Amino acid sequence: MTDLPIPLAPERAKQLGAEFGLKGDEYDRVLAILGRTPSLTELGIFSVMWSEHCSYKSSRFWLKQLPTKAPWVIQGPGENAGVIDIGEGLAAVFKMESHNHPSFIEPYQGAATGVGGILRDVFTMGARPIANLNALRFGAPDAPRMKQIIDGVVRGIGGYGNCVGVPTVGGEVNFHPRYNGNPLVNAMTVGIARADSIFYAAASGVGNPVVYVGSKTGRDGIHGATMASAEFDANSEEKRPTVQVGDPFSEKLLIEACMELMATDAIVAIQDMGAAGLTSSSVEMAGKGDMGIELVLDNVPQRETGMSAYEMMLSESQERMLMILKPGREAVAEAIFHKWELDFAVIGHLTDTGRIVIRHKGQVEANIELAPLESQAPLYQRPWVPTPKLPVLEAASVADPVGLKAALLKLVACPDLCSRRWIWDQYDSMVGGQTAKRPGAADAAVVRVEDHKRALAMTTDCTPRYCLADPEEGGKQAVAEAWRNITAVGGLPLAITDNMNFGNPEKPEIMGQFAGAVMGIGAACTALDFPVVSGNVSLYNETEGRGILPTPAIGGVGVLEDVAQAVGLAMPEAGHALVLVGETRGWLGQSIWLREIAGREDGAPPPVDLLAERRNGDFVRGRILAGTVAACHDCADGGLLVTVAEMAMASGVGAKLEGQDDKGFWFGEDQGRYVLAVRDAPALLAAAAAAGVPARQIGVSGGGDLALPNGEAISVAELSAAHEATLPNLMRDGA
Amino acid sequence: MKAGILLFPGTNRERDMALALQRVTGVKPPMIWHGESTLPAGLDLVVLPGGFSYGDYLRCGAMAAQSPIMRAVAEFAAKGGHVLGVCNGFQILIEAGLLPGALLKNASLRFLSMDCHMKVERTDTPFTNRFKPGAVFRSTMAHGDGNYFADAAMAARLEAEGQVVLRYVTPEGAATEAANRNGSVNNIAGICSANRRVLGLMPHPENQVDPLIDGTDGLPLFESISASFATAG
Repeated sequence: MTDLPIPLAPERAKQLGAEFGLKGDEYDRVLAILGRTPSLTELGIFSVMWSEHCSYKSSRFWLKQLPTKAPWVIQGPGENAGVIDIGEGLAAVFKMESHNHPSFIEPYQGAATGVGGILRDVFTMGARPIANLNALRFGAPDAPRMKQIIDGVVRGIGGYGNCVGVPTVGGEVNFHPRYNGNPLVNAMTVGIARADSIFYAAASGVGNPVVYVGSKTGRDGIHGATMASAEFDANSEEKRPTVQVGDPFSEKLLIEACMELMATDAIVAIQDMGAAGLTSSSVEMAGKGDMGIELVLDNVPQRETGMSAYEMMLSESQERMLMILKPGREAVAEAIFHKWELDFAVIGHLTDTGRIVIRHKGQVEANIELAPLESQAPLYQRPWVPTPKLPVLEAASVADPVGLKAALLKLVACPDLCSRRWIWDQYDSMVGGQTAKRPGAADAAVVRVEDHKRALAMTTDCTPRYCLADPEEGGKQAVAEAWRNITAVGGLPLAITDNMNFGNPEKPEIMGQFAGAVMGIGAACTALDFPVVSGNVSLYNETEGRGILPTPAIGGVGVLEDVAQAVGLAMPEAGHALVLVGETRGWLGQSIWLREIAGREDGAPPPVDLLAERRNGDFVRGRILAGTVAACHDCADGGLLVTVAEMAMASGVGAKLEGQDDKGFWFGEDQGRYVLAVRDAPALLAAAAAAGVPARQIGVSGGGDLALPNGEAISVAELSAAHEATLPNLMRDGA
Repeated sequence: MKAGILLFPGTNRERDMALALQRVTGVKPPMIWHGESTLPAGLDLVVLPGGFSYGDYLRCGAMAAQSPIMRAVAEFAAKGGHVLGVCNGFQILIEAGLLPGALLKNASLRFLSMDCHMKVERTDTPFTNRFKPGAVFRSTMAHGDGNYFADAAMAARLEAEGQVVLRYVTPEGAATEAANRNGSVNNIAGICSANRRVLGLMPHPENQVDPLIDGTDGLPLFESISASFATAG
């Protein structure tokens, strides 16, 4: 160990450490590990590896409590993505990841590179991506820059996904002023691999070549992971140079080249260069394999001249991968990457020293023992206070100022419930030729596996206003709704990825939101056999001291043995009975009706009864798989009447509804409910009774109107016009 | 019949196209790499599928049109060979000079991914002979640059010579402005060469060939292709 880098001056190093985001005693830990003052490159490596984004230092303590195992889980959290067995020798590989901070600073590139990054996390494991989804939160539409942000994010997601040829099949969007300064962009990719050929990141084999493939390295994105771990202030827009620029064309080539190489046996280990680029990929690959790694940066393909070791190690240039190859396979791999017109370079080799050694221009620039970089990484059990419970709002205590019809018309047009067509019309949802249920057609997207009958059902869900009111119930609800949406198409829910978006964890009340959400998610995952297999945490989503709504977005994946079994939500032709499954108490607290019609955002959110959730859902899925259900839609935001209206607007077929004239019944957001359209209502009701599942008929399909139980009627065409107009009107002068 | 699918860097609907052709022929057609300078012997049909060849950088289809394989395709077409270009494939055929006109950015300046309906203007082509005369069928579009442009004289000539094969219409068959989402001249969705053996269109009928995915409205196009070469021997 004679090769040591030139250290910084001690005072300068300490000051830079603080600028790079090292907090409290973290810099002293660096000194203790090294036994000397770090070089600039070393300081950069420590600061990004110990950033919140890479180290999960505030969240790891809590995340460890989540259930991550099931017989069908092949790989849980800790790899590039989660992997589950979906039968017939196939595996689904998936993860959701945030790109919140970059998307605020530069919406198009921020969102685009979010999609690119999550795609790489999935295909790096040997899976061909078959679907993209997203979960978006924007501020009030009239907030400064917000239309520009919405437009840029939607264009960025489309621009990247459309070009790489992975269909964007689903997602969710909310609007709330608390996201004015911190919009959330969470992107999810789902891929398919053979269950016996998954690729992992752990390096092995002393002397094996370390290979760099993909695009060249530039100065973009330096310290992006650090930016993503800090709050915003009034000068945040000056951080634009730390946002990366995406090139989906290179990504497409990288997918094809990796798939081609993975079909050979040349690869020992592979990882994408995401946040913290070459640093995190080399440190993690060597660390997971208990190896050492030596890199010669002169060999890194560079697109700018005069780049320093520090810049190359910290760059977050996109569309790059790091691989460990078996000895002697370099030529095979190089030929494939050159065929796809991508860079290929051997930039180092594995060692048995347990250290990372970086060389550049004949100098050692970094020499760090890997084990303590991980084992002595900061881990904080941050102080937290539980979120105070809110009183239950009695529906009877709230006056109904407008009646059912006027409320429905307003609700279907409000930003949180209006049609998302303006968004999904910009996403190619069909490429691949396997999309059986595209956006708007069903509660979950359904994509068939090529050359199989089998299909995946996928969804993203979270109700942030519930999470703010009660993080634990909100966490439960997010998982339950994902499970419900997969169930509502006939899918068997298998596993989730969680994308935890919160404010500043150094504030005990924010940490309390995080802790509550984790507890709720954990309880729901356990009760529903729906483990967490991958995830991502985004903290410090605050601007000038004000945080976002707690937003633990859940991406759920389930399976259908035969795509022909999938049902959509569109109201079928006349003569189908509409049956409500699940118990209705008329829960108006935190409902959209309460906010939009009564002008109040208060009360406890609807509780999730996990036993009833499971019982009701298993019953509904059984009826769908038995082929007795023509359409199914879960009751979510807006309540029962909005659910029925959405079914009607999807096909243009109306319904005659029966039941009490009561706002709570029609607009309450009680959980664990579905509306089923069936030919044989008595058979369904008898089966429900036998299964102990609450069910009642609420109407019959047919006609062009929704005939309400109070005698009012509204044409489906009028509802659709209101529903469809909102976003186009909002965005008309936006771009 | 024997079809081959061209593969350029950035092509992304080749598998969709292969599945559609397999549905009518029973075999998955081979992929032909852009760097090849000759086509496999005995091809009846060359297909240029959709995607973003060369990232759509410079201009959609412009760089792919300069590929070695495109010289072979031009020779193949000149000898009376059949060529189908869909979406980016249509853009490449135009850039290669195998079809007239230009494809501009959509009038809305946005990528458009949505259902569209097309009227089959003539059924005496090798690509449309299984449609009923005047048929209207549903498909999907997914493009940012599908706004077909020809100047007034060229548009008039295309119409007069019957080279407009597919036109955007309402589900009822009316060629209205509302049905013409990308702003194409005369609602043009697809045109053929003067000998009717080269067809380019923007929408993706290869995504409407399976009742379990998005219906079978696009199937007659592939059945036409299959039938054309079955009768031709």
